[in-house]
Amino acid sequence: MEEHMNLLTTVLERYGGDPEALVEILRDLSQENGYVSQDLLVAVADRLRLPRSHVHSVASFYSMISVEPRGRHTVQMCQDAPCHVAGGREVWQALEEALGIHFGETTPDGEWTLQITSCLGLCSVGPVITIDGEVYGNMTPTKVQELLGHYRGGCCGGNQGGAA
Amino acid sequence: MIRAHVMVSGDPLSLTRGAEAIKLALEAELAFHGLEEEVHVSYIGQTGRRDVLPFVIIYPEGTLYGPLRVEDVPFLVEEHLYKGRVAETLLAPPDVLSGVIARLPRREGILYGQQRVVLRRAGIIDPKSIEDYIAYDGYFGLAKALTEMTPAQVLQTVRDSGLQGRGGAGFPTGMKWQFVANQAADTRYIVCNADESEPGTFKDRLILEGDPHAVLEGMALAGYAVGAHEGWIYIRGEYTLAKERLECAIEQAQALGMLGDNIMESGHSFHIHVHAGAGAYVCGEETALLESLEGKRGIPRIRPPYPTVSGYHGMPTVVNNVETLANVPAIIREGVAWYRAMGTEKSPGTKVYTMLGDVNITGLIEVPMGITLREVIEIYGGGMKDGKAFKCAQTGGAAGSIIAPVLLDTPMDYATMHQNGAALGSGALLVCAADKCVVDLAYVLMRFFVTESCGKCVPCRLGTLRMMECLERLRQGRALPGDLEDLERMAHQVIQTSFCGLGQGAPVSILTALRHFREEFEAHAAGTCPTGVCPMTGPVKTIAAQHDYISFMR
Repeated sequence: MEEHMNLLTTVLERYGGDPEALVEILRDLSQENGYVSQDLLVAVADRLRLPRSHVHSVASFYSMISVEPRGRHTVQMCQDAPCHVAGGREVWQALEEALGIHFGETTPDGEWTLQITSCLGLCSVGPVITIDGEVYGNMTPTKVQELLGHYRGGCCGGNQGGAA
Repeated sequence: MIRAHVMVSGDPLSLTRGAEAIKLALEAELAFHGLEEEVHVSYIGQTGRRDVLPFVIIYPEGTLYGPLRVEDVPFLVEEHLYKGRVAETLLAPPDVLSGVIARLPRREGILYGQQRVVLRRAGIIDPKSIEDYIAYDGYFGLAKALTEMTPAQVLQTVRDSGLQGRGGAGFPTGMKWQFVANQAADTRYIVCNADESEPGTFKDRLILEGDPHAVLEGMALAGYAVGAHEGWIYIRGEYTLAKERLECAIEQAQALGMLGDNIMESGHSFHIHVHAGAGAYVCGEETALLESLEGKRGIPRIRPPYPTVSGYHGMPTVVNNVETLANVPAIIREGVAWYRAMGTEKSPGTKVYTMLGDVNITGLIEVPMGITLREVIEIYGGGMKDGKAFKCAQTGGAAGSIIAPVLLDTPMDYATMHQNGAALGSGALLVCAADKCVVDLAYVLMRFFVTESCGKCVPCRLGTLRMMECLERLRQGRALPGDLEDLERMAHQVIQTSFCGLGQGAPVSILTALRHFREEFEAHAAGTCPTGVCPMTGPVKTIAAQHDYISFMR
């Protein structure tokens, strides 16, 4: 909890405690903490002297702000037309099958979260997925298997443990 | 004395593929040969050559090497920079060169040239160096405006140039500026809309990553013309590299007095701030963007009043797209006649397109307005992939539409496309061959709008969902009687009654698809997908099952 509040102080200072920077503050909190917990939302509202309802409404509006815990790895896939016509549907199915979850869900063991992302602007190498922010283009169902295996092997996982 | 410039591709994809290690290796290798004083190494932004990432371009020869591995660096440095020979084995294959590299001196004649205004410097200068920008006529337009022109003259020049908004709608930029300048207000603002999220569009990212100062200069000019002293760049949260480059550029420009107080001792002040979004397509709509900029949910405001009257904090605000603003310095520098020589009478200038889909060369091109789709595909796209037949092109985003073969030879500019019931949109050209299914494409496009609808108004929130369900039934071969008619009716209703451009634009692709490919929709309604793309899990057999299905969908 204290760790969270230290993070909050850091992020608030970054934007000079400006209530107008609410979107950016929440996005940074979500990125640096993995998600914005209920406690954090309340603390943000108190510190910026904004109604809690307002802070929650903003937090729940933007796709880059998560109000729920996410898995250790986040897989994002673009579902838009350019990736779709390049074979995105098969990749999408392969991802769901390989992880055993649907888009928007987190695996029960807390390892993987599968999300839809809007166009990443890397359409000429579609279908594109990102794993923990790393971009992988020209995906195929076979490559999905290889890539996930790679991460499961632990050789390129992000920070293990730590923030929770 | 610098005798050679080595440019390492510094776009996000290259960086994930080890471009940084290559740059470090280059520097180390140059030091080993004692060449660090003679050879300058830097990153460049996107050039459109995505097939050979990461790559290295060595000037003045303009030789392109890629895709490179760290192990290749010692050989490259020894051959090209130490011994002065071309490292043949590492050369990028010339046959797949995209048009974007056409400017490289050594390559001239091999490729078709483009007319570059906003991308003139991208891929040639170091985006992190204001000196590079200035060396390529940078801040010349601003200097000219501040020393030789009145704000009214700058505004008139932009009006006379006929520049239209490049975000998709094509609204005359000069007129927008005039509205803001006419308002009696103490404070006015300039906002750059860099919330580029139309699927298949990444032109603004390329401009921001490759030539950030051009956008800053355009904003400063807009500020001078309308009497604004503060500007905001609202950039997509996902565009981290572009944001970094912008922040770096702002810092440099302030240090040199190109931005900030009393620019170039002229008495004019202009400050620019960067604000990153957090992932919401609707924030590309100008009033939703302003809401988000004020730290709120990005839902659109009622118009009128337009932002030109009541924008950021209720003050008159110019909201312009990145590409629009990047055109302005060149217009001021070179003049109206020069600008109007490009493009068409009604839509002068150039347009940046992203070419995608079933063409041999995908990537980014900047060509004069009024070029036809056939020319784009044949000349810049290198023809259709595998010689397949052309079926349609999707022009990207809410403001876009589906372009059918009958429009292949129609000049692409805002007015002509509009006359033909189509729209240019953001400049994405998703080319589809005969083996792609229009219904499937329409479904995917509609799914996008369902996800991105902000929920403020009913027609868009529910209308897009109902249309997606209709399309879903069609592509599953479960169409209900009257689905096609419903789809068409709903499309018109959503266009007529939606609150903002997102809802008003969402059904346009469906309507254009229905107009040109109606028989394909009818085939789906009858239970077959002519291209075999759709899953077509079959019609629901019993009436009871159909009722179940309907109640489920509701």
